Amino acid sequence: MDLLRRIALALAAPVLAVVFALAVSSVFLLLADASPLEAYSSMWSYGTRSDSLISMVNRAVPLYISGLAVAIGFKMGLFNIGVEGQYRIAAVGAAAVGASVTLPPLLHVPLILVTAVVVGMAWVAIPAVLKVTRGVHEVISTIMMNAISVGLTAWLLANYLDRRSSETSLILSTGLIPESGRFPSLNPVLEWLGLELRTGSNLQGFVVIAALLGVAFYVVVWRTRFGYELRASGVNASAALVAGVNPKAMVLKTLFISGGLAGLVGMSQLLGFSYRYTTDFPVMYGFNGIAVALLGRNHPFGIALGALLFGFMDRSAQILDLEGIPKEIVVIMQGVIVISVVVAYELVRRYRQDQEQRAVTRELAATEGGAGAAAAA
Amino acid sequence: MTDTQLAVDIRGITKRFPGVVANRDINLAVAQGEIHAIVGENGAGKSTLMKILYGMQRPDEGTIAVDGVAQDFRSPTDAIEVGIGMVHQHFMLADNLTVLENIVLGNEPRRGPLLDVAESRRRINELAETYGFPVHTDDLVERLGVGERQRVEILKVLFRGARILILDEPTAVLVPQEVDELFKNLRELKREGVTIIFISHKLDEVLSIADTITVIRAGTTVDTVDPSEVTARQLAELMVGSELPTPETRESTVTDEVELDVQGVTIRTDEGRALIDDVTFRIRRGEVVGIAGVEGNGQHELISALLGTHPIDAGTIRLGDTDIAHWSTRDRREAGIGYIPQDRQREGLLLSSPLWENTMLGHQGRPPFARGRWLNLKGAHRRTEQTIAEFDVRTPNADVAAYSLSGGNQQKLIVGREMTAGPSMLIAAHPTRGIDVGAQAAVWEQLRQARAAGLAVLLVSADLEELIGLSDTLLVIYRGRIVAQLDPAIVTAQELGSYMTGAHAGSEASA
Amino acid sequence: MTSPVESPPPPVTAVRAGFADQLAVLTRFQRALLLAMGGVFLLSVTRFVADTPELTSSGTSGAALRLGIPIGLAALGGLYAERSGVVNIGLEGMMILGTWFGAYGAWQFGPWWGIVLGLAGGAAGGLIHALATVTFGVDHIISGVAINILGAGVARYLSVINYDATTGGGATQSPQITTKIPLVDVPFLAGGDLFGWSTPDLFGWFEDSGWFLLADVGGILKGFTSNLSLFTLIAVALFPFTAWFLWRTRLGLRLRSVGENPTAAESLGIPVYRMKYLGVTISGAMAGLAGAFLAIVAANIYREGQTGGRGFIGLAAMIFGNWMPFGAAAGAGLFGFADALQLRSDAAIQALLLFVALLTGVFAVRAAIQRRVVPAALLAVTSAGFLTWFIVSDEVPRQFVQFTPHVVTLLVLGFASQRLRPPAADGQPYRKGESR
Repeated sequence: MDLLRRIALALAAPVLAVVFALAVSSVFLLLADASPLEAYSSMWSYGTRSDSLISMVNRAVPLYISGLAVAIGFKMGLFNIGVEGQYRIAAVGAAAVGASVTLPPLLHVPLILVTAVVVGMAWVAIPAVLKVTRGVHEVISTIMMNAISVGLTAWLLANYLDRRSSETSLILSTGLIPESGRFPSLNPVLEWLGLELRTGSNLQGFVVIAALLGVAFYVVVWRTRFGYELRASGVNASAALVAGVNPKAMVLKTLFISGGLAGLVGMSQLLGFSYRYTTDFPVMYGFNGIAVALLGRNHPFGIALGALLFGFMDRSAQILDLEGIPKEIVVIMQGVIVISVVVAYELVRRYRQDQEQRAVTRELAATEGGAGAAAAA
Repeated sequence: MTDTQLAVDIRGITKRFPGVVANRDINLAVAQGEIHAIVGENGAGKSTLMKILYGMQRPDEGTIAVDGVAQDFRSPTDAIEVGIGMVHQHFMLADNLTVLENIVLGNEPRRGPLLDVAESRRRINELAETYGFPVHTDDLVERLGVGERQRVEILKVLFRGARILILDEPTAVLVPQEVDELFKNLRELKREGVTIIFISHKLDEVLSIADTITVIRAGTTVDTVDPSEVTARQLAELMVGSELPTPETRESTVTDEVELDVQGVTIRTDEGRALIDDVTFRIRRGEVVGIAGVEGNGQHELISALLGTHPIDAGTIRLGDTDIAHWSTRDRREAGIGYIPQDRQREGLLLSSPLWENTMLGHQGRPPFARGRWLNLKGAHRRTEQTIAEFDVRTPNADVAAYSLSGGNQQKLIVGREMTAGPSMLIAAHPTRGIDVGAQAAVWEQLRQARAAGLAVLLVSADLEELIGLSDTLLVIYRGRIVAQLDPAIVTAQELGSYMTGAHAGSEASA
Repeated sequence: MTSPVESPPPPVTAVRAGFADQLAVLTRFQRALLLAMGGVFLLSVTRFVADTPELTSSGTSGAALRLGIPIGLAALGGLYAERSGVVNIGLEGMMILGTWFGAYGAWQFGPWWGIVLGLAGGAAGGLIHALATVTFGVDHIISGVAINILGAGVARYLSVINYDATTGGGATQSPQITTKIPLVDVPFLAGGDLFGWSTPDLFGWFEDSGWFLLADVGGILKGFTSNLSLFTLIAVALFPFTAWFLWRTRLGLRLRSVGENPTAAESLGIPVYRMKYLGVTISGAMAGLAGAFLAIVAANIYREGQTGGRGFIGLAAMIFGNWMPFGAAAGAGLFGFADALQLRSDAAIQALLLFVALLTGVFAVRAAIQRRVVPAALLAVTSAGFLTWFIVSDEVPRQFVQFTPHVVTLLVLGFASQRLRPPAADGQPYRKGESR
């Protein structure tokens, strides 16, 4: 099957999903006496401004890492819904550690990142062990851990980590991470490239880390033996078993990697923007990461596109407020995309399988000039 | 009153599937109120015939008459209406529901929206008493033993008014005492006028219970006999065919080095039933040891024991000099144990992955597929292309997904990948199942060459031609035990068949 | 089944073994009753020792009921779906829809209309889940997660377009619901009126006595019989209704069969897809009712985030209850109790530590008798740990209390996984015509 066709098929499902989502959202917009066309066009023109594009990338970064964390689980048929809780408690831990020391930047930043990864892994450890030893389904256990992490984080903030700048502030916060622990902005690079930046736009440097993680994901999953065994386990557990894969070890390793990645989700916010963990640290990256992973079909490139799409939607929706259109329409769009993209992928898969089988049969018949080998079951 | 009408009269049934003729001009005449057994090996066509009789398949040619009336079943519902009930080999019971609930499901006696439990109980107990098998209607099915579950399945069909029962390999999962129970029940059913069609390959049992026996081989009826006039040996011969392929005379390539040494290996279920029992044999380098036996007699468990996917309860397994009984599957594969699985789709392929990823399966840790931790894609492609060429796998290239290949080509790919990986020991389970004759010959030749080069092979197969033609030593497995070690060059059809079907146990002294 | 053990004067261990035998003979109901009584006894002891009357007061148990109902209804929702073989993680999203539509209906048309609309909103969510999983074969978990996202989004969006212009309402909440569903007290037991005549308050009298065990029983029971909303009564009635429906009717049997062995059901002519749709839609309706209860009875308002994860806790309660309605009710009651305590009394929460210590202590003794060394040791250590914590500390941190239900869920799942009995075909995608 030629390349163009392959690309078209790969994009078919997400495009279908987005179109369907736009259609459904149009209904909701009409309910609000708003014009869908106006809404979408203003979203587009706002969203494609240079500062919006930068904002889109910034928003996409944590979504992307979250998508990677979820995707590695999906590749093995595991559902790590706990990314939400893992990234938050990892952020608290990393923020506290980061604010309590001052080291040269080359040590400080890695220390923070490593702390985040370790805490993320630790937080997924309980569901992972429960799954492997007692067969507890990871969906419920990770959801429970999410709730526990909320409470634990709040308690830590309230009792041990509170370093608010002023006593009168209602928002609890960890200490400020000093300059050495922060991640640089990429604005200098953009300026060096000759791009003009609007005031206030700031391309966070963490996007580089995100990209590196994506590359690492690709390399590990498609170029290493471990990745092969991981994919095989997800596709056909019985075949993987006789091929020598140890299922329990696989589950543990995969979940730990997922948890470690989850730990990094909050780092772009922490090291590039707020420099502290506060009670109004952004939420929902965990769940939206699932959406983005599904959209990108668990492939780092697709997930990147999905994350950028969601980032674009989040950013461009801001303009709707000015037009009196509820910007929450975007959340509906995103929700509809999630459901419909999975349905669409399934439909496309069936179509593609059918086509491929026919194509192969045709080609073989042509080369043999007659019926091929018997297709016994 | 004697009915001269046949309960079931099947004439000239033919059924074709792509590439194979499952039934060819089959005739079957089942008298009213008799127990009629149908015997034949796996793949002989018995199941297909029964599926046709039960309405799950439609015949291409031929007629079916039930109680003298011509029938054309479009679905099992039609067959049920006429009074035919089928008890499948794999029970269709919901463990977490009670006996009563399982029996009445879909046909529930009602009182408004309610399930009329009292009425259900009454009718079930009535049936149970009439036919003489008691059941506790309120027990959860999961508590029941296998024999009891079977009785529930039988009651299920009787509840729907079946007068003609089809039992598909009913004794496959029963221990001897349960078999006796079942036969008692069957005789009771017969006394009440129920007609029973009993499919089996266990000749000793069939001889003891049946009134008439029909033998099916290679999709067609071979003969219909009266059990009182025939011995087990003769039956076995009919089943297996008195002509066995003569093995080609060739030089023995068997060396003295023992590659695989299996001693006393046993696997038990949780209840203590032995799935394989005290199995002992050796395979030397350059030797093919064939295991003959009807499917379901422990071959699968034996293979799992050797591969390491199922722990053993007793015994040792030595590969070369080392006891590998506690080794992981990965270590065993890397030590050079190759595996051609019997169910290629379930255990042998990643259907949605390209072919080159499939050739790696089971060998992903070693060159040319990997260098240390890293996959070697070029190496994988090269090896795949080599395999495709050498083993005549019909495919446009190495990148198509495995599901695009026909079954036969999939099998060739699997055989090819195992052989080119240079194993020290190969477990081949039904290696030429579903392949056309030409490809089959090619695979056999490959196996012979590998054997000549020193490969030790364990060959599990239902194809007697394959077993006889390739094996240096022939073992027969029956109910989990090795019951015979035979020389393929001189074994007769009767002997082989009778060991395979357990008839040997209770028959006259050998000639 | 088993006949009682008969033997000459038995040594001590044999007596205990005989007792265990007799325990085994009891029905599930009797065993549950025994457990409940044991629990109340331990609570009494705790109350007495720690001097925290709030632990078993009518105020607390009334709150426990009120807070447990939404969890319980959600658990019922999970039950219907999973009994038909479909996992429903989307209960939270369906509950959100229930809170929104319930509040809207109550605000616009009256409380009973609110209930109807809330039920409908949740059912709509259920229908989408059914469509995705049954017809399109989408993975159950993914569909559930998507519905959670969708539910939150729709609620927020609809709030913005409906409530922004109202007084008291906005993007994250509705205006106050002024109409209410009447409350009742049960006559004679809790002093309710009977035809206008006030009746004695039996349980209240028990409670006020302050005596060991009597006061506790009285307090607990009074909470269950006073200030009951009619909606509460309906909700409570749904539990025996579900038990009756699933285990006594034809339709219920068919639904369950589809969750246990859909292939067998299909072979007997049961319309598998239709049964699954039924189960999942009812599931959504239950979650919708749960949400409506939250908005109309518990809070008199719709507020964003009101559901607070109760959809998931409901699932946990369902698992705790081993996929049975009364078990789910017990689980919901447990979680509701924890919720009520943390709202009302910090001292009582601290007393709970003693309760847990006593409870694990009892189980440790039982495990020791059964000669299960490792569990006995673990439980003994846990018991000692909680006892120490109780003695040493003044209060349990508020944040910890909030996630008590979740910790309990993990513990239940971890310890009891072997004994739990989900429907056999739960979570498996089903394609028509598939045979083994």
